[in-house]
Amino acid sequence: MNAPRPPTEQEKFGRHRPLTDRDAHEINRVEELSYDLKIHEIIAAEVVAIAPDAPLSDALDLLRLHRISGLPVVDEENLVGIISVEDILRALQNGEIHLPVKNYMSADPVSVRASDSIVEAIKIFTETGLGRLPVLNENKRLIGIITKGDITRGILRAVQHDYQEEEVRRYRASHLFEDIVSDRTTLVLRYAIQAGDFTHGGNASANIKRALLRLGANPQLARRCGIAAYEAEMNLIIHTAKGGVLKLEVESNEIVISAADDGPGIEDIQKVLQPGYSTASDQIRAMGFGAGMGLVNIQRTVDAMELKSAPGKGSKLIMRIAMSADDKKGAL
Amino acid sequence: MNLQHVIDALQLSVLTEARDFSAISPSGGYASDLLSCVMAGTKKGALWITLQAHMNIVAVAALTEVAAIVITENAQPESAVIAKADEQNVILLSTPKTSYEICGALWEIGFR
Repeated sequence: MNAPRPPTEQEKFGRHRPLTDRDAHEINRVEELSYDLKIHEIIAAEVVAIAPDAPLSDALDLLRLHRISGLPVVDEENLVGIISVEDILRALQNGEIHLPVKNYMSADPVSVRASDSIVEAIKIFTETGLGRLPVLNENKRLIGIITKGDITRGILRAVQHDYQEEEVRRYRASHLFEDIVSDRTTLVLRYAIQAGDFTHGGNASANIKRALLRLGANPQLARRCGIAAYEAEMNLIIHTAKGGVLKLEVESNEIVISAADDGPGIEDIQKVLQPGYSTASDQIRAMGFGAGMGLVNIQRTVDAMELKSAPGKGSKLIMRIAMSADDKKGAL
Repeated sequence: MNLQHVIDALQLSVLTEARDFSAISPSGGYASDLLSCVMAGTKKGALWITLQAHMNIVAVAALTEVAAIVITENAQPESAVIAKADEQNVILLSTPKTSYEICGALWEIGFR
């Protein structure tokens, strides 16, 4: 006795299997393209057609010659039908291959308009199971045929185009410094950091790291800058009265990250530079901050660090990271 | 040993989106609840064991490029934390065990 067969995906979930978020992301772009792309953009420029009074044997010759599986039937520029390999097979079975095309064609075929989005064609393909659809222009004249293969190719071409555009954007970013000529070119990124905003803590640093990677910095350099920026960002969130500004300056041979605030300032700079020294509250320590390691980490990560502060006024932390030739594969 | 083996062996629950964990090979481990220590101490590609579950662990994990965060003692991150982790490609794993037990188990299965 046969063990019961496990249900296939289609049986279990219907025609559409459940989408994961990642699928949804991929499909959204393809779906978007199926609305963006118009039928006339993806169909072949030439169309092979046959007259209704031509013998079926001529239709067969045309299908063979062009290696296609169906032909539109056109009478004085008007679409009157479609003849497919299956129709011709029926004629052959009946020994009627000498009869005119009109005897075996499907009359009044479903058609689409050239200006429609390809999603219209996809819908008809799905609903009817047809393999090809005639495409008409605004004057109802036949201008081509669309097949499922045309749709696949059209979408692949558009996706490829997207990909190339992204490559170009990345190339432009990574050659920024070569393309812009000046005596001294500096790229400055500024981030306003709110005091106590733990929810967004680390966002600015993540953006800094991403920007550096996009500019073509090597991953090790981007990681070092990300870590230094994170510690400085968290200091602004934890220890300032009103937050401050985190700034990244990219120059041709070094990166300068600075964090500036207007209070409350640091009483004893020597003390805050000691590993483990912390003024953080118990609540902040419970979140895993306030280890007294932030500035120590920064010092270890960057090439030079400078901390200036006036109690009651504010602090400024400046971090410098030198760039070797190896660090700057792209713009940097 | 890949991350799928670790998840199976330690019976970890996956909080973030499913993906091909067998393609990820953690390089080792690091345990701390102090974020600055993690910044300084963890290696890229390691497993980070912590009982912190708030938003900032995602930023730390993304910046240090750890393979995954193992959140111990059933500390439950808020849904916003999980969403942020998915956005930043950070894997969150969860266990009722303590950090001590997880470190021991990782050591047992060969992460030294």
